[in-house]
Amino acid sequence: MTAFWILAPIMVVCALGLLFARKAVHCALLLAVVMISLAVLYAVQDAPFLFAVQIIVYTGAILMLFLFVLMLVGVDASDSVVETIRGQRLLAAGFGLVFGVTLVLGVAQVGIGAVTGLTKANEDGNVPAIAQVLFTKYVFAFEVTSALLITAALGAMVLAHRERLTPKPTQRAAAAQRMRDYAEHGKHLGPLPPPGVFARHNAVDTPALLPDGSVSEASISRVLAARGSVNRSPGSATQVERIGGDDTSVPPRDDSADQGGSGR
Amino acid sequence: MSATPFIVLSAILFTIGAVGVLTRRNAIVVFMCVELMLNASNLALVTFSRVNGNLDGQIAAFFVMVVAAAEVVVGLAIIMTIFRTRRSASVDDASLLKY
Repeated sequence: MTAFWILAPIMVVCALGLLFARKAVHCALLLAVVMISLAVLYAVQDAPFLFAVQIIVYTGAILMLFLFVLMLVGVDASDSVVETIRGQRLLAAGFGLVFGVTLVLGVAQVGIGAVTGLTKANEDGNVPAIAQVLFTKYVFAFEVTSALLITAALGAMVLAHRERLTPKPTQRAAAAQRMRDYAEHGKHLGPLPPPGVFARHNAVDTPALLPDGSVSEASISRVLAARGSVNRSPGSATQVERIGGDDTSVPPRDDSADQGGSGR
Repeated sequence: MSATPFIVLSAILFTIGAVGVLTRRNAIVVFMCVELMLNASNLALVTFSRVNGNLDGQIAAFFVMVVAAAEVVVGLAIIMTIFRTRRSASVDDASLLKY
């Protein structure tokens, strides 16, 4: 019973965290805590087979599947705080409170009776005893389970399949596209300039400098620019001062056309 | 070892899962709350198995786990398909059948 009184508060707190955590990954990790605690409670209650299955199937397989899908969908796809139906959260909380209180009072008041215990049923081991019941009394349900699993696997394959609507891009097509961009828009043919050429910074979030001292926007990864984490620290400004002289206020420019350097 | 605390814990976890299904917007989190409800019912099944002294409850919990595994596979595939077409995993965005 000690295990129960230690684990039960942890489980309830983690389950409540499932309601309030903004990020889905946090929810998945809290659910993992609940599931492992449940596995321990199974072990306490003479169910070592279910203890192993709970950890292997639930925590190991199902929860990892959740995490994989979270990675595919985007980790930062957090819940919106906006209520689409007015008062829905309040109503749901009220409903949950009433439901929970009724359920808890009901099951707490009903007489469950004396606990028989599983020592007699488990006397030649829990796994052989479960096998005995599973393959005699429940053998039909067990066979039907196989149909269910095959249907689920086929369904997942059909749902996750996607037809390719556009032809697969080849290296040749990419090269032709680059030449066409050069001919039509004058876009620079060669690779983009590498970032981080300052004396004091060589990180990827530090933009390269053009010969005239202005910042080369093309040297920064598009992702970093979108996140707004491009390093424009005072250190780089002094570097600009020293290299570029007085025209440090030259606005950042699109250096796709003047790779060879211009200005000075 | 009394059985009532286990059943009460199972009821509390089930309630939390139900409220989570009603309040959360992200389809994956809603799905996790459904899993929490299934787990809570499993705890009750295992407890009643111990109360009654036979293994039928544990077998039922085992079948619940099998069905949950199949359900998660198909459900997550559906969520992936919806995300691919709508760029969102929110349950509010999939409302085409309403109109």
